[in-house]
Amino acid sequence: MDAVDTDLEDLRDLVVSRRSEDVLGATIVRDELTITIAAPAAASFAQYLKADPNCRFTTLVDITAVDYPEREQRFDVVYHFLSMPLNQRIRVKAAVREGEFIPSITGSHPSADWYEREVFDMYGVLVSGHADLRRILTDYGFRGHPLRKDFPTTGYVEMRYDEGLKRVIYEPVKLTQEYRMFDFMSPWEGTDYVIPGDDKAKGR
Amino acid sequence: MAEDNIQIDPLTGEHRIRNFNINFGPQHPAAHGVLRLVLELDGEIVERCDPHIGLLHRGTEKLMESRTYLQNLPYFDRLDYVSPMNQEHAWCLAIERLTGTEIPRRASIIRVVFCEIGRILNHLLNVTTQAMDVGALTPPLWGFEEREKLMIFYERASGARLHAAYFRPGGVHQDLPQDLVDDIMAWCREFPKVLDDIDGLLTENRIFKQRNVDIGVVTAEDCQALGFSGVMVRGSGMAWDLRRAQPYEVYSELDFKIPVGTAGDCFDRYLIRMLEMRESVKIIEQSIRLMEATRGEDVLARGKITPPKRAEMKTSMEALIHHFKLYTEGFHVPEGEVYAAVEAPKGEFGVYLVADGTHRPYKAKLRAPGFAHLQAMDFMCKGHMLADVGAILGSLDIVFGEVDR
Repeated sequence: MDAVDTDLEDLRDLVVSRRSEDVLGATIVRDELTITIAAPAAASFAQYLKADPNCRFTTLVDITAVDYPEREQRFDVVYHFLSMPLNQRIRVKAAVREGEFIPSITGSHPSADWYEREVFDMYGVLVSGHADLRRILTDYGFRGHPLRKDFPTTGYVEMRYDEGLKRVIYEPVKLTQEYRMFDFMSPWEGTDYVIPGDDKAKGR
Repeated sequence: MAEDNIQIDPLTGEHRIRNFNINFGPQHPAAHGVLRLVLELDGEIVERCDPHIGLLHRGTEKLMESRTYLQNLPYFDRLDYVSPMNQEHAWCLAIERLTGTEIPRRASIIRVVFCEIGRILNHLLNVTTQAMDVGALTPPLWGFEEREKLMIFYERASGARLHAAYFRPGGVHQDLPQDLVDDIMAWCREFPKVLDDIDGLLTENRIFKQRNVDIGVVTAEDCQALGFSGVMVRGSGMAWDLRRAQPYEVYSELDFKIPVGTAGDCFDRYLIRMLEMRESVKIIEQSIRLMEATRGEDVLARGKITPPKRAEMKTSMEALIHHFKLYTEGFHVPEGEVYAAVEAPKGEFGVYLVADGTHRPYKAKLRAPGFAHLQAMDFMCKGHMLADVGAILGSLDIVFGEVDR
């Protein structure tokens, strides 16, 4: 059953040759196969991975996204598939712009339902063809997409029970102490700011 | 509500019955935490089941992006708080794979021992509380007594009964004292008797079988489509276990069986959990025997990602600097991405880690088995009676720490 790494290159070549029009790149790093595809092909690609007798990626392990705010195609949507019959794994990546739709893979993998809702909730990546694209983990009526890099860790609103109004109210976050982010960059290895005291040494 | 529910059709004079919506939870003892289920009922038959999750969402993945790799480790105890060390394991494996760290053999064996203790902790809780959900009061009392003993082993190894933070990237925090190892071995000899007792209470119990046999049946194909793992797929007849299929640590050297069900119902899943506990005891005994040969060896791969030895710090300036830098700045992980999965008691627990070369993860996604399992509630409950919802939910083995993250 130890077929995880020996057949990986064959699998890569197979997938790349069969779906050459969708595949943008394929790498094997640390015994993990990553295929980059064009976002509009996500649904048909997942369907292919499930149906091909040499792939049989019948289990969807996970869907998530990674945010790179500096890129034009800001989000990488990352799918992990597992084949229990053939004991192999694959990672599929598709880059999307903010506001761009990626097709839902719920047609071939019903379990994608919640994962796609989570990606929508956390990153605001829109999924087309999803029957019920509600928020999933955040509060009812939550605004914003918390896992985006430009969303502050403290959030924007906080909630408390108001004794006067006899209900739960939301108000803007008030921090009693500034949110602490320590910078551990070594001053000898290139900081991009002036270290306190250095300005004196240069006579400024 | 009754008048609301039944209307008489003015033309035919027949009763028109509207489906009934109820909220199950979030404050319901059988909801195993903070789950809100919106159930649509036709009489007592469940027509639709919509789980609302996120009531325990703490933003773990967001918090992890602003903390160092080492500071993030304790968050894993707080995911599935029933088997904390199994989660830490996935995080350590991810970091070790990215940094290319080989851990010492003794550490590897200790990890296996505590992973299996975690598995027993988890299954004891699940089996007995699922029994409580269907009406049995005694099993939790008996099971929790053993859990207490196991948590004391946790405490003696790590100092904490629950949130251990014992597995560290590069090994385990500290070596086990020999008398603890002996006590674990002694416990392994006692525990099967307790399992026999619980077996006697439940396995052939008429009420327990009536509530569990043929309830929540899933086929092997459904399991794959629904993204199940762990006991949930094994209950449906697939011998899938990451410890065997994609072995990590010293599992490939150990002799253990993988229990597989045939019917895919709640009762099979119960039986598998009972058998897995017996297998875990066997694994612990074998591991302790393997551990004998490594007595006195180091339990951390000494290097950049682990602290120096205390004695060394007394004499070596470099060691002192290394210690200070490790616990302030933390270690750097080379750029790259990795997915590391372990066979946690509930199923496949995975970490997808994207590192950008700094001391903090750029992105960490926690793949919790319970998330996929809970999603299947609608599929599994449809057509069952309201009372079966509790039995099915119990057999899914849900802990909200990991589902909501």
